[in-house]
Amino acid sequence: MENLRYIDDVSTLVLDQDKCIGCGLCTEVCPHNVFELQNGKAEIVDFNACMECGACVNNCPSNALEVSPGVG
Amino acid sequence: MKESTGVSIMPTMNDTQTCCGVEPKNVLADYEKPGYTLCSFIENFIPTDIGPIPKIKTKMEKKDIKATILVRTGIGRDNYKIAPGLYGIGSPDKTSEVLVTANFKLTFDHLRRELNNINAWILVLDTRGVNVWCAAGKGTFSTKELVKRIKLSSLEKVVDHKRVILPQLGATGITAREVKKESGFRVVYGPVRAKDIPLFLENNRKADKKMRMVTFDFIERLILTPVELNVVLKPAIITTVILFLLSGFGPDIFSFSNAIQRGVILIPALFVGIFAGAVFTPAMLPYIPFKKFAAKGIISGSAFAILFLLSLSSIPGTAAYISLFLFVMAISSNLSMNFTGATPFTSPSGVEKEMKQFIPVQVISILLSTGLWIYSAF
Repeated sequence: MENLRYIDDVSTLVLDQDKCIGCGLCTEVCPHNVFELQNGKAEIVDFNACMECGACVNNCPSNALEVSPGVG
Repeated sequence: MKESTGVSIMPTMNDTQTCCGVEPKNVLADYEKPGYTLCSFIENFIPTDIGPIPKIKTKMEKKDIKATILVRTGIGRDNYKIAPGLYGIGSPDKTSEVLVTANFKLTFDHLRRELNNINAWILVLDTRGVNVWCAAGKGTFSTKELVKRIKLSSLEKVVDHKRVILPQLGATGITAREVKKESGFRVVYGPVRAKDIPLFLENNRKADKKMRMVTFDFIERLILTPVELNVVLKPAIITTVILFLLSGFGPDIFSFSNAIQRGVILIPALFVGIFAGAVFTPAMLPYIPFKKFAAKGIISGSAFAILFLLSLSSIPGTAAYISLFLFVMAISSNLSMNFTGATPFTSPSGVEKEMKQFIPVQVISILLSTGLWIYSAF
């Protein structure tokens, strides 16, 4: 997958670290390893790999994540 | 054969050679019911507290493989499903894991093949015959459907634990905490690929980084191209008819002999464009420059257009040359862009951006190409 990257800087993914409780569920459901748990908080480590599938947003228990793709 | 005495209705009954076929050996299984046929992928039934549960075979049969090939080319793909509900694989008991999947037969076959020597329950959701990830995106592989299926199958009476394992890609349609709240069952996200399930279970339901990532290698890309081709077939035939008509315009206003003579060059051009955009770009995706698929399509389309023009025996003139080039390139660009819908890594925001940018380019190319084609007849 490293050699297949899509357009940079288009994803609508937003992480509110203040709301994050560090459960790590986003690191489990993301199919592109966008997140990593660092010091008990989720961190976006590969923003441009995000394909806006919404798995993290649906499963985040503290509403710390948001993604709002258009009709695309 | 003995002479019939007139009273015996089956004169050969005592003979070793029988005209009524061989002695029947297969006694009816007790699960056979009038009006029902056993699915070919069911071996027999597992007795449980809630009654018999169908046991799935892990081996694919010829019939399954044949159907797989057809579905991969797009034939019968929209109605290739199995009945949702609870199934078993191996010899599952009350402690066995519950694996959740979609009722697309291709998905189901893919899963059961990988579960040799595994004892588990398989809970099949009604996703209207669509695979897990697409169904999750479209909202049929959902929290609501999972909760409903857990209740309908009386899962709490089949297993002692309160755990269901979901394919990771189902997460797009599922909210784990709501499943827990409404059904009492905790969602555990398993690996992306079915082939990693045995290792995932061995490692106490832990998936490593690799199991959690989607891939899109050459074979995975190539296997999708027959469906891409199937989808363009109908528009391609309509386009062909239009092309013949367009080719008829000329100094005599319209002539059928012109239409045939000039149209004949356009047909291979159309297919070269389709091949470049729907087969070459997908297969060679990482090796073609640019990130935007439409741009990749311009590259592969231009390359194939040049090869095509060089292969022409007669020179149709500069205007026709440019027309053919633009035609092949625009088709390739558009079909390449279309392929974003089949990949596991393109974001809707990104696709929207490149569509806004490249659809105008494709439309202008086609209009220019049409104009030049008609002009070149004069």
